[in-house]
Amino acid sequence: MIDKRFKIANKIFKSRLIVGTGKYKSFSECAKAIKTSGADIVTVAVRRVNISNKNKARLMDYIDPKKITYLPNTAGCFTAEDAIRTLRLAREIGGWKLVKLEVLGDKKNLFPEMIETLRSTELLTKEGFKVMVYCNDDPLMAKRLENAGAVAIMPLAAPIGSGLGIQNKVNIKIIRKQTKLPLIIDAGIGQASDATTAMELGCDGVLINTAIAKAKYPIQMAEAMKYAVISGRKSFLSGRINPSLLGSASTTNKGII
Amino acid sequence: MNIKNKIKITVNGKQMQIIPKFTLKSLITKLKMPLNKIAIELNKKIIDKNRISKIQLKKGDKIEIVHFIGGG
Repeated sequence: MIDKRFKIANKIFKSRLIVGTGKYKSFSECAKAIKTSGADIVTVAVRRVNISNKNKARLMDYIDPKKITYLPNTAGCFTAEDAIRTLRLAREIGGWKLVKLEVLGDKKNLFPEMIETLRSTELLTKEGFKVMVYCNDDPLMAKRLENAGAVAIMPLAAPIGSGLGIQNKVNIKIIRKQTKLPLIIDAGIGQASDATTAMELGCDGVLINTAIAKAKYPIQMAEAMKYAVISGRKSFLSGRINPSLLGSASTTNKGII
Repeated sequence: MNIKNKIKITVNGKQMQIIPKFTLKSLITKLKMPLNKIAIELNKKIIDKNRISKIQLKKGDKIEIVHFIGGG
């Protein structure tokens, strides 16, 4: 079966794997991991420039925003106002309109504050932003985000950076059934099989940072994730067999001696 | 320049002293910031980078200069 193109806000992307740029040992390791992963979208954060060290290396020196789509995030924002301020600044750096909204509600588990997230989605959409929304795995809230103008629904698999894998497959499947928007698992992936599972559930993509950046061998894990996403997508499209409790021999009995 | 004439401003949370009529552009040049990789906020308002040579800084101005860093 031929796959349809991976499209977000009318832009086509080659890879269904989106990679985060945080937590790497160096910018050069980060750049290598991104190249190996095949990702053509990377998330980035907006922070103060270090004015006392003018020669400090910058992310943009290692990852060319002309070749890779930067997806500015709102990491560390706890209110709609914080998120909007951050993304307006991101837009000002170089005209980015496609953004990842992430409004947190709890510093410990990093769960999204969904009321503020919904409000931010509405406000940012009105300002012309194309908002990809980090959210919980609640189908009702996913619907409200869609109605508010989100361009992608990005539910967590498990808490950010936890590596616990997909905790609620049922909810992800329900969200998949109800939305035509790109559905991207954001947060909680731990290993390649988690990424494959996400794709086999019918998700359009996976966003991974910690599982690659903090792996013992990040570049190798980036490669593993690349193939995991491709594999999961192909598996989903191929139409799996019906599970059965009984065995079904692969070899015919015809001609048995 | 007499030190009494210096103006105190805050850049990224740090106090700095500048001479009167110092423009935002002079500040960015002094800090060696590449304009195409940053965004600037003056007293919580985003500044159009094409206009920074026309903006003279005043006492107590709070400037934020941001860029992209690694994030998830």
